[in-house]
Amino acid sequence: MRVALFATCLGDTLFPDAVKATAVLLTRLGQEVVFPPGQTCCGQMHVNTGYQADALPLVRNYTADFADESIDAVVAPSGSCVGSIRHQHAIVAERYGDRSLRERVERAGAKTYELSEFLVDVLGVTDVGAYFPHRVTYHPTCHSLRMLRVGDKPLRLLKQVREIDLVELPGAEECCGFGGTFALKNSETSTAMLSDKMRAVTTTGAEFCSAGDSSCLMHIGGGLSRLRTGIGTVHLAEVLASTEQRVRPEEEVSA
Amino acid sequence: MSSAFLGIPTPPPRAPYATGHLRGDQSFPDAAHTALDNTQQRRNLGKATATIRGKRDRMADELPDWEELRSAGAALKADVLARLPELLERFEREVTERGGVVHWARDADEANEIVTRLVAEKGSDEVLKVKSMATQEIGLNEHLESAGIAPVETDLAELIVQLGADRPSHILVPAIHRNRAEIRDIFLREMPGVDPNLDDDPVRLAEEARKYLRSKFMSTRVAISGANFGVADTGTLSVVESEGNGRMCLTMPETLITVMGIEKLVPSFTDLEVFLQLLPRSSTGERMNPYTSMWTGVTEGDGPGEFHLVLLDNGRSATLADGVGREALQCIRCSACLNVCPVYERTGGKAYGSTYPGPIGAVLTPQLAGMHESRDDPNASLPYASSLCGACYDVCPVKIDIPSLLVELRHQHVEQSRYTAEAAMMRASSLAMSSAKRFTKAQRASRLGRVLGGADGRISALPPPLNAWTSARDLPAPPKRTFREWWDSEDGREAVRAARREAERGES
Ligand code: SF4
Repeated sequence: MRVALFATCLGDTLFPDAVKATAVLLTRLGQEVVFPPGQTCCGQMHVNTGYQADALPLVRNYTADFADESIDAVVAPSGSCVGSIRHQHAIVAERYGDRSLRERVERAGAKTYELSEFLVDVLGVTDVGAYFPHRVTYHPTCHSLRMLRVGDKPLRLLKQVREIDLVELPGAEECCGFGGTFALKNSETSTAMLSDKMRAVTTTGAEFCSAGDSSCLMHIGGGLSRLRTGIGTVHLAEVLASTEQRVRPEEEVSA
Repeated sequence: MSSAFLGIPTPPPRAPYATGHLRGDQSFPDAAHTALDNTQQRRNLGKATATIRGKRDRMADELPDWEELRSAGAALKADVLARLPELLERFEREVTERGGVVHWARDADEANEIVTRLVAEKGSDEVLKVKSMATQEIGLNEHLESAGIAPVETDLAELIVQLGADRPSHILVPAIHRNRAEIRDIFLREMPGVDPNLDDDPVRLAEEARKYLRSKFMSTRVAISGANFGVADTGTLSVVESEGNGRMCLTMPETLITVMGIEKLVPSFTDLEVFLQLLPRSSTGERMNPYTSMWTGVTEGDGPGEFHLVLLDNGRSATLADGVGREALQCIRCSACLNVCPVYERTGGKAYGSTYPGPIGAVLTPQLAGMHESRDDPNASLPYASSLCGACYDVCPVKIDIPSLLVELRHQHVEQSRYTAEAAMMRASSLAMSSAKRFTKAQRASRLGRVLGGADGRISALPPPLNAWTSARDLPAPPKRTFREWWDSEDGREAVRAARREAERGES
């Protein structure tokens, strides 16, 4: 399949390791991975903060690249961006767009997948040949769980990883308190939610908290780092792309 | 000849600004700031919501047709909203034919006046109250008191709230923020005829309240209730409850006055079959609530001889006029969305400043009462009081898509607000990201942030508004290369080639 990678603005700019891992993993699984260079951002932050008119150019830009017939599927390592593409682009296009935009939105949205969905539902694999010799707990993230209904697909993938010590996260389905601009506008309530999530993570004794969304990991990881818990975060894609030869293959230390 | 210009249709009015309880006196973040430090409330709410969540889940899981029931509930309520005028007229006819008197109240002020006049006409200076959201929404108790009439709340938790001169914090468990020692203190201080040796044993507390309320049931001639459901095709009203005190109020007095929001209708009697399953399971996590009272008009020799029904609009028509937002009127006030909400669980109900707290309150309150009615209207902060985690939508027995409604109300708020620094930032980022060329330029600029990262690549302080982030969380410094730079680099290409070789090895 010809699979287009949607890096997401956050993944492209701040958390490229997760996107690199996605590219490597999908290629290793025999897909022809392309990166349409015109892509930028899905507009989720604009829609969720109330700026639908400002999301319109972003929706348009997304469909310009990804609605293209030459692309069989679009994969993004982010549950919330895929959620926005599949559920919110239509709202913006309905409100501000014309018929041709609405059509493109529908076409692009119908073939856009979150990574674990694509692996399990489209490629039909759960064992991707990964190796990750660490104690890991998994946070399912709200939009993957409740908007996309990915269910236990990420966990089924993780369970097949060799040498992983996967521990269940207590209260896993509870929101970490990120919520995009919620973390700024209601920073204190967001922090109260985060502190409970961090308490759950620390009780597992894990070395890493993993998730399928860099934005939630940025939040949880930001808290874990501030408190010097010594617990790291790792994107699901990075775990799944790790092998006996190289754990976290494309990691670039940022400093 | 002049053509008849009928003007732009005026939208139906919102609830009056200052009457009733549909607006707090501070924004949600400000109210939450205080509430988050309330240790007692944090613990009570954490425990209570966890328990009730577990019970609800078990009750929903044990029904094989739970999802079908939810769909039926949603469809019935959507139908009611689609033909509300017709159903209301039918309902009025049925109630009237069965001996009830129907009053229409445009808003809280009218409803308060009607009820107070009716009570005064009976020469009563005291009325029994059945736990009701609608009468709380309109601030009926305060209005009655100003007219020299004492309302007596008969729901145990409402009584605790009333005696404590407090505000409820939960739809179903209004005193969820109180512990039993506090309740004993309130009873000792405020309850006439209380046993001075009362301890904080819950059984004794309940017994004391029962003694007090029984004397009221025996002596008071007028009662005021709300309604959970009004059945359009029979004129039947229904109240569901746990304690039986509501049943006492509905049957013992001579006059019953019911205040009902116009959206509480169901089309026909058999539709109750759906809602009487959905409501108790979602609400208290019970298969069935202990008391379901139903009455139709008046029945001679049985129950109140006089029955008045006040149909309340108070911003409901305005809500109905919004094609998206009207979904909030499907609510049957079960409070399941409050109990699963991570925001509500931590801030409590009072932070919402409204009779309707939690997720449903955040979408219903600004629609009933408006959110742009004054400069810095506190209600404008409510649609943002959510991380959009979606837990509310999952449990709602009538499938109200609360997260989407929140997003819609945020949109409406932005559309009606003046141009802010935030709007400028959103516009600028939209422009920067509307083409890859501009975006990569912005990415290069953001890399300047690397200097903030220090030796360990960790950013711990940022200027406003991002200091709200770094108040509790670090941020990694931007990486050396963006993804697209890596993709276009020699090692990026080599990594992909290596992965392709692995794929080919795997195949062969
Ligand atoms: S919105 Fe739904 S879950 Fe919340 S109180 Fe209303 S009916 Fe219950």
